[in-house]
Amino acid sequence: MTRIDDRFAQLKAEGRKAFVTFTMAGDPTYETSLEVMKGLPAAGADIIELGIPFTDPMADGPTIQLAGQRALDGGMTLDKTLEMVREFRKDDTATPIVFMGYYNPIYHMGVEAFLTAAVEAGVDGLIVVDLPPEEDDELCVPANGAGLNFIRLATPTTDAKRLPKVLENTSGFVYYVAITGITGAASANADDVAPDVARIQAASGLPVCVGFGIKTADNAKSIAGVADGAVVGSAIVDRIGRGDSAAEVLAFVKELADGAHSA
Amino acid sequence: MASEMLNSYMTGPDEKGRFGDFGGRFVSETLMPLILDLEAEYERAKTDETFWAEMDDLWKHYVGRPSPLYFAERLTEHFGGAKVYLKRDELNHTGAHKINNVLGQILLARRMGKTRIIAETGAGQHGVATATVCARFGLKCIVFMGAHDVERQAPNVFRMKLLGAEVVPVTAGRGTLKDAMNEALRDWVTNVHDTFYCIGTAAGPHPYPAMVRDFQSIIGKEVREQIMEREGRLPDSLVACIGGGSNALGLFHPFLDDKEVRIIGVEAGGKGVNDKMEHCASLTGGRPGVLHGNRTYLLQDEDGQILEGHSISAGLDYPGIGPEHSWLHDTGRAEYVSVTDTEALDAFQLCCQTEGIIPALEPSHALAHVVKLAPTLSSDHLLVMNMCGRGDKDIFTVAAALGVEISS
Repeated sequence: MTRIDDRFAQLKAEGRKAFVTFTMAGDPTYETSLEVMKGLPAAGADIIELGIPFTDPMADGPTIQLAGQRALDGGMTLDKTLEMVREFRKDDTATPIVFMGYYNPIYHMGVEAFLTAAVEAGVDGLIVVDLPPEEDDELCVPANGAGLNFIRLATPTTDAKRLPKVLENTSGFVYYVAITGITGAASANADDVAPDVARIQAASGLPVCVGFGIKTADNAKSIAGVADGAVVGSAIVDRIGRGDSAAEVLAFVKELADGAHSA
Repeated sequence: MASEMLNSYMTGPDEKGRFGDFGGRFVSETLMPLILDLEAEYERAKTDETFWAEMDDLWKHYVGRPSPLYFAERLTEHFGGAKVYLKRDELNHTGAHKINNVLGQILLARRMGKTRIIAETGAGQHGVATATVCARFGLKCIVFMGAHDVERQAPNVFRMKLLGAEVVPVTAGRGTLKDAMNEALRDWVTNVHDTFYCIGTAAGPHPYPAMVRDFQSIIGKEVREQIMEREGRLPDSLVACIGGGSNALGLFHPFLDDKEVRIIGVEAGGKGVNDKMEHCASLTGGRPGVLHGNRTYLLQDEDGQILEGHSISAGLDYPGIGPEHSWLHDTGRAEYVSVTDTEALDAFQLCCQTEGIIPALEPSHALAHVVKLAPTLSSDHLLVMNMCGRGDKDIFTVAAALGVEISS
């Protein structure tokens, strides 16, 4: 049982849906992003996705790309992202942390060294956008071996024939991408995603959280209503990008969380 | 992997799209089903005679193939060494080798029922070729081009627009080829149902590196026949410039198993291959990493962040290289060198003045290495260089570099 499994078991017992946040490590500075991160659980985040900045985020829209650039301009690195987790874990040993990013910085650090450091820092799961199941030997299999959840993205293009392959080495939860597109683009629609979520729940036996295109508390509520949880990234990152203070960002997160939790 | 252990260098990639450790399919899940569809369609087309018959017909009557293999008599005299032949792919319709590959991909897109074609472009040659073939077949065409490149390749931007394409300037990053490719991938992931991504070089996720190489191999196949006709034997060495590396692979691939043929790829050394990273020499100045769907040599910093690089040539201004080149480099089958902006500019002028050929800045890099190499070789040494593009598009860049003011 990982922290992620524990968290979903607890939510199930309480009859609540998961609210999952995404923020970029180091955006706009190490200190501010750590302050936001530390405040997320109290604002209602059940699971924290922490972005590893990368120069070429091919699956992300301008909002998250700019967040990555701000972080990199401020000197953020994968090492410092791990350091943020260590700092966070000093006060919070229960909230699951999922790293989300692209493979190259991890590959460059070395898979073994990265996994050792991630486990030691208190990371619970990984979402690596450019590692489909065809490349499972690279990181997914070693990560599972190290006790981390490898959370896979399923998308509207993942048909019934392909789904078993996508689910094969997935654990923790499945991240269903509500739209074909990049983060922060079109709006997700609960009626559209509901059948796919049900299909993936049945096939995987895992909780399914839905993300991409969720922007408001109402969105979060309607999506969480047809899934096990809702993920919001770009809408939060937008607030950070326009210069909101940590307190303002966390107030917005609470609004979203209340939406998701009212589902 | 020791090179003597390999019986053939021509069998790759394997079923996972790998050339040794390089290549692969490092893309998001949304794109994975599309890439598998493309692979299946390409496998069918490869053995379909009607597909190749249509390609041959278009290559001959639309592109103007075969391109000549030209004995560069005055360059040969000037060097006083090897006998230098130029493969004249700059004489193709649209002015570069790019159209060889575009035709193949557009015919595939038509077989797959795709109606919207997207492409990335650096120098604009691949964009022009894609816009051209889309016009020929009545397909919608959107070309992503870094904002910086839009500025330095204005004539090609206008050409694409004349051909009916929409040109989207990409301002993310430093606004060059890498950023244009990111943006094309973002478009593809958004418009999965009707869109075909026509990649311009032998890079990206499998099957692109193999597919683009196969389409470009017409270059090397023709050279084989032409040099046998002219000289009665195979060349001693092959030289080509490398950005992503499709013109080079097109020339090299049919000769990979002729181990007596020396193969040399020339990367863009920019202001010099050193710690300042003001170059685009991925093999001579980079390290293996994962970007744009494949593992290959990349320019990157100590945190695995991709660096922008620099080259006077927009077509070579890319921080990666096709994965098959990375493998040929590591196995030792091919040699890779770099030349600087200044050396390329000198070679550009030499070619204009001695052969009456205005080369593109990209093959000017290949020629700049020939300038160094040919004089050291004997007069019976046959050297074939790929003149992969013409320089009309570059005259403003060259004028600026030479301090000449011309009005466009």
